[in-house]
Order: sequence, then structure tokens, then C-alpha cells
Amino acid sequence: MKNALNVIRKNTMLIILVLVVLFFTAMTGGSMLQPSNFDALIAQNAYVYVLATGMLMCMLTGGNIDLSVGSFVCFIGSVGGTMMVIGGMNVGLSMALMLLIGVAYGCVLGYIIAYLNIPPWIATLAGYLALRGWGVAIMKGLTISPMPDSFVQMFNGHLPKSFCLIIGAVVCVLFVLITVKGRTDKLKKGYETESLVSMIVKCVLVCAVTMLFAFKFQNHNGIPFTLIWVAVIVLIYHFITSKTTIGRYFYTIGGNKEATRLSGIDTNKIMFTAYLNMAILTVIAGWLTMARLTSANPTAGVNYELDAISACVVGGVSAYGGSGTVFGMVVGATLIGVINLGMSLMSIDPNWQKVIKGVVLLAAVVFEILNNKDMTKD
Amino acid sequence: MANVLLEMKNITKTFPGVKALDNVNLQVEEGEIHALVGENGAGKSTLMNVLSGIYAYGTYEGDIIYNGEVCQFHKIKDSEEKGIVIIHQELALIPYMTIGENMFLGNERGKSASIDWNETYGEADKYLKMVGLKESSRVLVKEIGTGKQQLVEIAKALAKHAKLLILDEPTSSLNETDSKALLDLLLKFKKENGLTSIIISHKLNEVAYVADKITVIRDGATIETIDNREGEISEDRIIKGMVGREITDRFPKRSGVEIGEINMEVKDWTVFHPLYPERKVVDNVSMYVRKGEVVGISGLMGAGRTELAMSIFGKSYGTGISGELKIKGEKVELKTIREAIKHKLAYVTEDRKGNGLVLTNPIKTNTTLANLDSISKNMIIDKDKEYQVAEEYREKLRTKCPTVEQNVGNLSGGNQQKVLLAKWMFADPDILILDEPTRGIDVGAKYEIYCIINQLVSEGKSVIMISSELPEVLGMSDRIYVMNEGRMVGELSKEEATQETIMSCILKSGKGE
Repeated sequence: MKNALNVIRKNTMLIILVLVVLFFTAMTGGSMLQPSNFDALIAQNAYVYVLATGMLMCMLTGGNIDLSVGSFVCFIGSVGGTMMVIGGMNVGLSMALMLLIGVAYGCVLGYIIAYLNIPPWIATLAGYLALRGWGVAIMKGLTISPMPDSFVQMFNGHLPKSFCLIIGAVVCVLFVLITVKGRTDKLKKGYETESLVSMIVKCVLVCAVTMLFAFKFQNHNGIPFTLIWVAVIVLIYHFITSKTTIGRYFYTIGGNKEATRLSGIDTNKIMFTAYLNMAILTVIAGWLTMARLTSANPTAGVNYELDAISACVVGGVSAYGGSGTVFGMVVGATLIGVINLGMSLMSIDPNWQKVIKGVVLLAAVVFEILNNKDMTKD
Repeated sequence: MANVLLEMKNITKTFPGVKALDNVNLQVEEGEIHALVGENGAGKSTLMNVLSGIYAYGTYEGDIIYNGEVCQFHKIKDSEEKGIVIIHQELALIPYMTIGENMFLGNERGKSASIDWNETYGEADKYLKMVGLKESSRVLVKEIGTGKQQLVEIAKALAKHAKLLILDEPTSSLNETDSKALLDLLLKFKKENGLTSIIISHKLNEVAYVADKITVIRDGATIETIDNREGEISEDRIIKGMVGREITDRFPKRSGVEIGEINMEVKDWTVFHPLYPERKVVDNVSMYVRKGEVVGISGLMGAGRTELAMSIFGKSYGTGISGELKIKGEKVELKTIREAIKHKLAYVTEDRKGNGLVLTNPIKTNTTLANLDSISKNMIIDKDKEYQVAEEYREKLRTKCPTVEQNVGNLSGGNQQKVLLAKWMFADPDILILDEPTRGIDVGAKYEIYCIINQLVSEGKSVIMISSELPEVLGMSDRIYVMNEGRMVGELSKEEATQETIMSCILKSGKGE
């Protein structure tokens, strides 16, 4: 009984996500689960997953945030649009240059924050103002379009429908194999591990969701490339945060920076890495945005930083740093995405949509804190 | 028999899963100093929190009878109105406010919303005079040392018209001189104003010096109340009550450890303050430590001992560091902490919560933090190995915890200190600098830490132990350095060293200037 309660507690957000999906399915008379909406969910929220991954890394180091990502998306779009559309430059070369600009910006920001000790929110507030202005100035306030087809296809394209079920099945098999192997390894060495029941439940759930998506995509346009971009990024960062030394240092710095420094770890370098990484991921989010709009747009990226922060916070990433997982962030981003989609389908007034989102964000944080309090009491 | 001011009857307080207090009784007479002693986690602070209303009436069982009436405190304000004022272990002063502002915080002088600053500072100065603090109440709190801050806390309590003053570990961050001054102040108030106080302390010599009665708490229950008025009680007598057995020797014997050649040597070491580069913090210090040797560094707070240690440890403190450092006969320059660790040096901080441990992370993460590379390949952590390492050190140091997955923040001070030691032992050093290794931990855990130190030197390692507790330095060291005002002012062999010789080294050096 107590075990079951713990499982529920640890996965509250996931359970809420399921309930929210069911709620909107009922309210929209089932149209929520139409194949086109699965596609829309991914297409509309891809940038959130990518930016929130970078934001997670920043927040881990001590609740630090990057306010400049939305403006940087706009800026990188204006530069890319100028190169590809107005200049007619090669797509690959343009993308490489955009990436280079991202690295340069990340280095400057990282240096200012990590080595000059300027508080991140101030340093990035400057970027928030300056980059938006610069970007719009480059575009002369106008939209640059259309983006070259080869660029758009890289993100908006789909894998052929016939691959959907095969890929879905491969993902399921891999997941089950890795989970079972991990558990047997642990058992062999006599370590604590999850119970058989919970493992089976987990595998069944993951496979069911994967196959559901696979079927839906098969009935629509096939697996969208955006999903692959997002999945690869999320998996890489899941690996980094859970299995590598550098990932570990992000957590310990957030927990106690001085103790980490006195353990011989270059804390400045980690802070620098966090912001460099954020800038690079922002460039990728910029590509996704340009491809979806098929243009570079003066209003592109407005409030993206807040979407990313919200996704992290709803996903249980500590606002003080030191705790939070990629998986939690993904659940948080999906939850917000589903709420957005559901409300649009119900044609709720956009102003009320904002009110509801604000309330959900606050509720998530309050809930998280109360939940944690209960846990420590036991 | 004097009037009983406070009686706590059959106090029982349970937290989910734990009975923190079990039928505790405490009787305090008017005008006495009553000491509360017990190991960490015995329930002393919980009892005082019940008394002061931090744990509201109704969350515990039992009665508080104060001044003859049964009290029901729902919040701190309720108990303060009756004249019960608690001063917590961690000082609760705001550094960027003046002494006067701090003293009347939440108790402002003046009419309704407008503060009368003249009255505030005038009143504040009056109380500062009472506690013998020669500072203007318009000075910022951050400008004065911890000893003076403690006095401000007492003045603040007096300004609330305290009749019963509760002091939780008032001297834990004070040096011997300041501690003595504080205790004498309490004795003075007792005599002149009839102030009653309850003092919680780990320093038994102080308890024996100042207390009229001593109540021993163990495992959430009152064990006994010892009367201290007729002849001072020995510390061993108190310890017996605290741990429930006789500790015949507070410092474990170290035998058969061979002291070998010099492991580390520092010559003409000078360090300047990082923020005020003209201020010398460590002044031309030379010292060495041999293989298998425990060297104590004694001195008052602010003598520059921590600064010396940290500047040696990969220049983690100070600027303009000059001097020569030799490790195993070889001249080295350690520019970063990483290089210091590579040269088999470890510095175990005095501030385990602030600088030592990541409290929100589990034991295993903390254990491996300084040497994570040794259990990783291509930056990928071998989590099985990590678990094994953490388990190994848990058993070796006998850390009390359910699992190594437990967050360090949930452990007691003694066990946290063990995790901190485990972390540095796992970094595999040859020379360990232990800065106040037993600060704020109880007698039993102290003994275990001493055993670990003995174990380390018997393996041929060198230990430099910085400590402000003279008995500890005397009991554990093979050789003792004395530091004062950034300089080495004495080197004493085990035979020469006594509390008196150490203090005279410090006092003489002060007069020389």
C-alpha cells in the first residue's frame, strides 16, 4: 500500500497528464485523439522540448535561467533568413554559420556569467533586449520568406508511413531489453531494484504509448522529422544528466557550489558550459521555428524563454537548482502542450487560456513543494 | 528552596515515525543557570522549541507550567510576551542592518508604523552597555565579529524584557576568551538581576563552570538532574550520564605507529586577504608534517589557520601567495585544487554544511564527488562501483544511515562529518588537513572520529588537525603548532604541551608588538 502511494507520488505529474488528456478527449468528443492532433502536438511544441532541455541544464546549476532564448531565436532567424533567402546562400553553409554564431554568443554569455560573476538573469536580460532589437533591425521589421524547401523539409518532413509501425516496434523492443537487462544486472549483483510488477507495468505503458503514436502517425503523414530531432536531443541529455560525470557536476553545483569547487571541480567551467549549451540548443530551436513558420519573423520566439521555464518548473525542476530530470521536464512540456492544444480545440478565448496556464503553473509548483514536504516528513 | 520558575511536565513530542521526546521533565528554579546536555539528536533543541512555542500547543503532550500557571504557547510571540526568549545556535542577525535595527527587529520603538530612530538607538546603546559591548548601535552587524554578535543577541533578548533566557550552543562558534566572557556575563546577570537561563552546550567544561544544575537528556528522555552547586562535578561524571556508560579515555590510544620522514613542508608561506590585498592573513609561516604523524594547529579564532590550510590546498583561498611548498621532498606549486588532490593532499573543511557537503544529494554522490573520475570511464559513471564504494566507506566509518541513497541533509552532524571524511579518504590522499573535525558533534561521534584519525596515521598518512578545542589538540597530536594573528608563534612537543604553555605562546606573541 505504502509502495503504491510512493509510486503515485513520484509520478504525480505523469498521472495528471493522463487525466488531462482524458479530460480534453471527453470535452472535445474524442477529436483530441485524432491523428492530426498528434502531429500538431509535436510540431507546435518541438521548440519547447529543445529549449527546456537547455534551460534544465541552466536551472540545475542553481536556479539560473536564460531570458534571452526567445530573442535569440528571432535573431538567429533574421541572420539565417538573410543568408538563405536574400543572399541565396547554400543551406548547409548557412546552418553551419548559424551554429557558429550560437557558439560565439554562448561563449560571450558564458564568460560574462561564469567568469565575471554577473547574475545570469541580468546578463540574459541584456540579451533579451538587444537581440530582439538587432534581429528586427536586420529584417527591417519585415518577414523574410519563403525559406528554401530543402531547409524546411529537414524539419517539417515525415518518414514514410510504412516505417511507422516498424520504428515503433523497434523502440518498444529496445526499451524492454534495456529495462530487463538493467534489472537483471542489478539483481545479479544483489543491489536494490524495482519490483517485477512495477517493471512490467512500466514496460507495458511505454510500449502502449509508443505504439499509439506509431498508429496515429501511420494514419496521418508518417513520423515527423521534428519528433526525431526532439527525441535525439532528449535522449542525449537524459544520458548526460543521469550517467556522466559532467552531468553529475551540474547537480552538485546546484546543491552546493562551494563544496563542489573545493572537491577539485572547475565550477566556472560548468557554468560556462551551461550557457554555451543553451545557446547551441537555441539555434536548433531557431531552425525548428523557422521551418514551421517557413519564414523569419520579427515576432518569432516571443515568450519562448517563459515557455521553457514553465515546462521545467511544471516538470518538477527545482527553482533553486540541484534537482530535476529530463524525463520530468518532458512530462511538464507535454502537459503544457496538451493543455494548449485542448483549449484551442475547445475554442476557449485566448485570454482565458493564458489565465488557465498561469493557474496551472502556480498549482504545479505549490503541489510539488507540498508533495516534497510530505516526502521528507516520512 | 527557591521559587520554581518553570516546570515542564511529562512532555512527549512525536514526529511521524519518531518519538523525539518521551515523558521529559524539567524543573528550573528562579535565578539559576540550568544546563541541558545530551548527545546530538537527544532532544534538547526539540524540548526548547516546545517551550518557546515553535512547536505550537497541541502538537505535543504534557504541560508547561511557568510562573505558577499552565501555559499554551501557539507561537514564539506568546512565549516572548511572558519573558521567555530563545537565542538560537545559528545567529539570527541580519548582516546589512545596524546593531540597533537588529535589536528591535519585530519589537520596533515608536508609534504605530513610524519608527523613532533616536529612541531605538538610545535604548540599544543602553542595553549594549549592560552586556559590556563597546560598539555603537549604529554599526552594521557584518562589521563586528561573531563574539560580539553573540552579545548583540543577548542584548536583543534583554530588550524584550527576558526573564528566562534560553541559549542554544551559545559558544559553539566562539573562541575560548570570548566564550569565557560570555559565560561570565551570564553569571553576572544571574547575580545582579536574578536572570534565569537555560543553556544547551556540548562543551562540558563550560557547563561545569557556569551551571547550577545540569539535566542530562538521552534518547528523548530525562536521565538525571545533577546539582552542581556543591563542588564542581567532573566532566567524566556528566559524560557517563550522556552516553550511558563510562568513557574511560576520551582519546583512543595510538600505539605502534612509526613516524617516518617528512611528507610535506611549507617554508616562508605568506598569504594576503582576497578582498583587501594589503592585509596579510598568513605571515611567513613555516611548518612540516611527517609520515604517520598527527600535527595539531592550535590558536584562537581568526589566527589564520584555515587560511593557511586553504592556501596550501591548491590556492583555494587568498591572493599574492608566496613561499615554498615541498611534498615528499619535491618542490611543487599547486595552482588548482585538482593539482592539490593529484599530489595526494586533502583539505576537510570546518564548515561541513557550507563548504563540505551537498546536502540535497545522497551519501553516495557526496562520497565520490572528489574522485569521480576513478569510478568513471570516458566520463560515464559506473553506478554499481559508486554504490560499492559508498557502502564500503559506510561500513568502514560506521556511518549510521538506512542506505547510502539517503540525502546527507537528513543525517546528524556526526554522521555528516563521517561522510565528509569518507569523501576525502576516497580521494586517496597521503596528507589530510582536518579543519575542526569534531565541531558540533557529540562525545560518542567524536571518539569515533579520533579512531579514524588513528587509523589514517597507522596507514602511513600524515594528518594536520586544526582545532580550537585545547583538550582535543593535546589529546590527539604528536606535535603542536600554535598560530596567532597569522604567524606561527610556537611549536611544542607532546611532552611540553599543556593548556597553559599553548595559551602563553599566544599571549606572549600578542605583547611583542
